[in-house]
Amino acid sequence: MARIIVVTSGKGGVGKTTSSAAIASGLALAGHKTAVIDFDIGLRNLDLILGCERRVVYDFVNVLNGEASLQQALIKDKRSENLFILPASQTRDKDALTMEGVQQVLSELDQLGFEFVICDSPAGIEHGAMMALYFADEAIITTNPEVSSVRDSDRILGILDAKSKRAEKGLEPVKQHLLITRYNPSRVDAGEMLSVDDILEILNIPLLGVIPESQSVLNASNKGVPVVFEEQADAGQAYQDAVARLVGEDKPMRYVKAEKKSLLKRIFGG
Amino acid sequence: MSNAPVLKGSSFTLSILQLFDSDTDRALAYLAGKVSQAPAFFAQAPLILNVEQVEGDLAFARLKNGIEKLGLHVVGVVGCERTAQQEQAFAAGIPRLRPGSQGSELDIPKGPARTAKASKVVRTPVRSGQQIYAKGRDLVVLGHVSHGAEVIADGSIQIYGTLRGRALAGAAGNGDCHVLCGNQQAELISIAGNYWLSEQIDKQFWQQQVLVTQRDDALQMETIRL
Repeated sequence: MARIIVVTSGKGGVGKTTSSAAIASGLALAGHKTAVIDFDIGLRNLDLILGCERRVVYDFVNVLNGEASLQQALIKDKRSENLFILPASQTRDKDALTMEGVQQVLSELDQLGFEFVICDSPAGIEHGAMMALYFADEAIITTNPEVSSVRDSDRILGILDAKSKRAEKGLEPVKQHLLITRYNPSRVDAGEMLSVDDILEILNIPLLGVIPESQSVLNASNKGVPVVFEEQADAGQAYQDAVARLVGEDKPMRYVKAEKKSLLKRIFGG
Repeated sequence: MSNAPVLKGSSFTLSILQLFDSDTDRALAYLAGKVSQAPAFFAQAPLILNVEQVEGDLAFARLKNGIEKLGLHVVGVVGCERTAQQEQAFAAGIPRLRPGSQGSELDIPKGPARTAKASKVVRTPVRSGQQIYAKGRDLVVLGHVSHGAEVIADGSIQIYGTLRGRALAGAAGNGDCHVLCGNQQAELISIAGNYWLSEQIDKQFWQQQVLVTQRDDALQMETIRL
């Protein structure tokens, strides 16, 4: 069975799409056949981050409406043969998503032999976000180290516990993972950001990874190359660690402590 | 508290003068003898006449005057079955009392069986935006109650984790309820409609294990050790 994982947060702009792209790419690089679906109907972004926006012919809504087959709509990634993208429609709205349609697409992906299906959720708790999380087996809760983001994540965790298919059917609850993005240890030390411990204290779910705030993320997004391919970048390495933990490896947390600046850096600026 | 008068029932021990015939003089003489033996006991004492066994008409007014001269007051008559007799007694200013059922079979209202309702137990964390209501019973939360979450009970609330949201105990108005939490960072705590917002809660209770109760219509908070 394919592992259906929703990447969600409640709040917008915290890095759901960036994380979906990075994690899906990381899984594919590690040899797992992975599909990533953009549920943000009307605000299509995932294809940009993955650099395949010029190859979108059919989209998720076309498949749901029977205007195209799933195979026609899936875009094969150029960098990894194991990664496929199902883009959102830019012209429709979220009402095009139906429960039956989404279930049909997910079961077809399972039949096609996908090991992982990553669902990139839109922000908010409206219909699109509910559709993205409803069928999930696992959830990656993306959170920035600030109070409003943490509170919205808490809200989404409550919805996962109450309104997902697993909750409604009384099955084993959705497995929850916390991914903290845009983490800046020196700002945490200065008291300007919540620490990892503060966030864990409030949300109380297992930590999947901590992604440092990094220029490399923005550069990667603008180039349409998921940051996980930037092997030298701290954020890329942090995403690789998170992917490894997702498939069951044990990795120590990196980038959670502020770097000590060397004397030369202090003098000349670094 | 309202100061309006109310009607209530109560029971008292009263002296009853048991009469066997309509001879008022003999009755008054007997009573006078009793009063002289214990003047303090009978001073301004209430007295009830039992006329159950009196056959003929009784001079109620004469009897009443005689008794009042002895320093007592007739407050009622029992065993007054005939209508004419009842009217005579009432005309003399003596109200009729209905004898209570003999023995002590008190009429205890049969309410529903008093079975305590089991507490509602919540094992998962209560997340932001969630609301939990324990209707007619206590609520136990084993995890945290997040910011923006609300736990409500008609009974008491016990939260073993951290309370960051709102807890409202005694929602049906029971002021004897309490709120207990393992770590107090509440947005609001209420008992029977009396509430404290977080800024009204003394700093000394922040992040403490506390018990909140209501006394004299005011909330009381104390730190506890388990």
